[in-house]
Amino acid sequence: MPKSLFDKVWERHVVALETRERPATVFIDLHLIHEVTTPQAFTVLRERGLKVRRPDLTLATIDHSTPTLVNKDGSRPYVSAQAEKQVEMLLANTAEHGITTHGWDSPYRGIVHVMGPELGATWPGKTIVCGDSHTATHGAFGALAFGIGTTQVGHVLANQCILMRKPKSMCIWVDGELADGVSAKDVILAIIAKVGVGGGTGHVIEYRGQCFEDMDMSARMTVCNMSIEAGARAGMIAPDATTVAYFEGKVMAPADFDKAAADWLSLASDAGCTYDKEVRLDAADIKPMVTYGTHPGMAMPIDGLVPEDNAYMDMQAGTAIAGTKVDTVFIGSCTNSRIEDFRVAAKILEGKSVADSVTAVFVPGSEQVKIQAEAEGLHETFLAAGAQWREPGCSMCIGMNGDIGKPGDLIVSTSNRNFEGRQGPGVRTVLASPATAAASAVTGVITDAQTLLRSI
Amino acid sequence: MSFPPFKTLTSETLVLRMENIDTDQVIPARFLTMTSREGLGKLAFNDWRYDENGKENDHPLNSDTAKAAQILVAGHNFGCGSSREHAPWALMDYGFRAVISSEIADIFHANALKNGFLPIVIEKSAHEWLLDHPGEDVTIDLEACEVRLPKNGGTYPFKIDPFSRLCLLQGQDELDYLLGQDDAITEYEAAQ
Repeated sequence: MPKSLFDKVWERHVVALETRERPATVFIDLHLIHEVTTPQAFTVLRERGLKVRRPDLTLATIDHSTPTLVNKDGSRPYVSAQAEKQVEMLLANTAEHGITTHGWDSPYRGIVHVMGPELGATWPGKTIVCGDSHTATHGAFGALAFGIGTTQVGHVLANQCILMRKPKSMCIWVDGELADGVSAKDVILAIIAKVGVGGGTGHVIEYRGQCFEDMDMSARMTVCNMSIEAGARAGMIAPDATTVAYFEGKVMAPADFDKAAADWLSLASDAGCTYDKEVRLDAADIKPMVTYGTHPGMAMPIDGLVPEDNAYMDMQAGTAIAGTKVDTVFIGSCTNSRIEDFRVAAKILEGKSVADSVTAVFVPGSEQVKIQAEAEGLHETFLAAGAQWREPGCSMCIGMNGDIGKPGDLIVSTSNRNFEGRQGPGVRTVLASPATAAASAVTGVITDAQTLLRSI
Repeated sequence: MSFPPFKTLTSETLVLRMENIDTDQVIPARFLTMTSREGLGKLAFNDWRYDENGKENDHPLNSDTAKAAQILVAGHNFGCGSSREHAPWALMDYGFRAVISSEIADIFHANALKNGFLPIVIEKSAHEWLLDHPGEDVTIDLEACEVRLPKNGGTYPFKIDPFSRLCLLQGQDELDYLLGQDDAITEYEAAQ
């Protein structure tokens, strides 16, 4: 029987088959951990007298509660003693259990979902989990990657396995080519708007079609990253020549690379495989997208009219969303903080200034992104334009480190969630692509980058 | 870790009609720096329940009846968004033992079951009745896998993974079962 990419990766990892009474036991190839969702799991390990079964398959970093500024004396302005304690606890726990950790002194430290691929730790065909719902990012490589809760983090630390029933499959086809100025972020927002925030619940999504085949790995990561915003735990794209080429020079790439690459390419879905659910979009129909409401499914084309009132967002039905006043622009998060995202932003900001009324906060996804951006001089463009260029971390996407807006502020954000209060109590979030965010920083209102570029 | 066994539960309900209640609402991210799982109940739905000065407002979650309710009835697609297990921890510490909706997000669903908190997806008509009748008594019978609504006379079946059901009935988390699979895991590792 023809198998899908998901079927193939799943089958390779089943330790004990699913029965009517029992879920399958599934082996995990890579366990990514960070400071937020692990303290209670290590506590359980300690209470039960258990060890980490496979420290060699576990990889740690600090990203959520970490300050993105540095004091003049080199110290770090943590938002609270508790945030600092959480970071210290991760470092202590991983040292105690012999887990490789990319902490403050590592040139690879970064948002966990930016770091994994950059290291070459994320391989096609792997099962990857993390106590973090945006773990689906790694599915861009053809890995089966999904978020888990802290109890399951404990299970994986102790057993390197989780218990689960095989989810259903869903294929999202996007055929054809994107128009100029339309990015991966616009594609995934258009998908979520179509299927809804619960449309993928219970399913693993495979993204197929020319639109995804044309994308580089960074763009594919942006798409897979937001699978959870459609309710799907995981999203995957079949490995191809683009995937294989990404591993050039990566420190954790397989030793016998040619053999591994041949295997990866064999993971693509077989012709004639079936899915439990299929959805089809045409790439040519997708426009730059922004959100107008308080979940990622409330997304609309940037040149459109707000379709319904939203009291929290102070949006009125029938008004144009372009032109809405912006207080802050955030470029960062595991969705859009890679070098490609900052190159797009720099192109738009080159020779221009951030509007006086706007605070622009740019946060690279990792030390590697920061190093590369600075080597290319992108930070000089940003600083000259009046934007802030900070230390890597999750920052304003979740605001756990204190990087938040003021009540009532409207933030155009390249992150993944526009839930009420996500970027601070009372803060209004508009999700957008890096291009839209950069263009809006310049004009001080929600702006399609193509319009800005044409007007100059 | 173990938790109190869940067999049957009769309680009045608290109704939150809103659809797509995400886990950032259940417990805002700024509280996730804590390193234990205790005492999160006072932070449950924090930004809905307290004013800027930290005073309780008139939200239904602050009423005495709400504080007595052990069953939460929520709008479609409850628990979407972040994977934070702090969400079921906060709901349980607040006093809830179960949530009933017409759809419950995957990761929240899995996290809830691992803490002895029962997520129930129920048929639409019963869900609508519950949404329209806040505070009514409801009986959840996990042995029979049904929800009984004495006031409307209805009995509604619900589905639950048999293994999760057993864990809840016995008050056991899955870790012991997984530890018991050590040989199979070792064999799998050796074959890689």
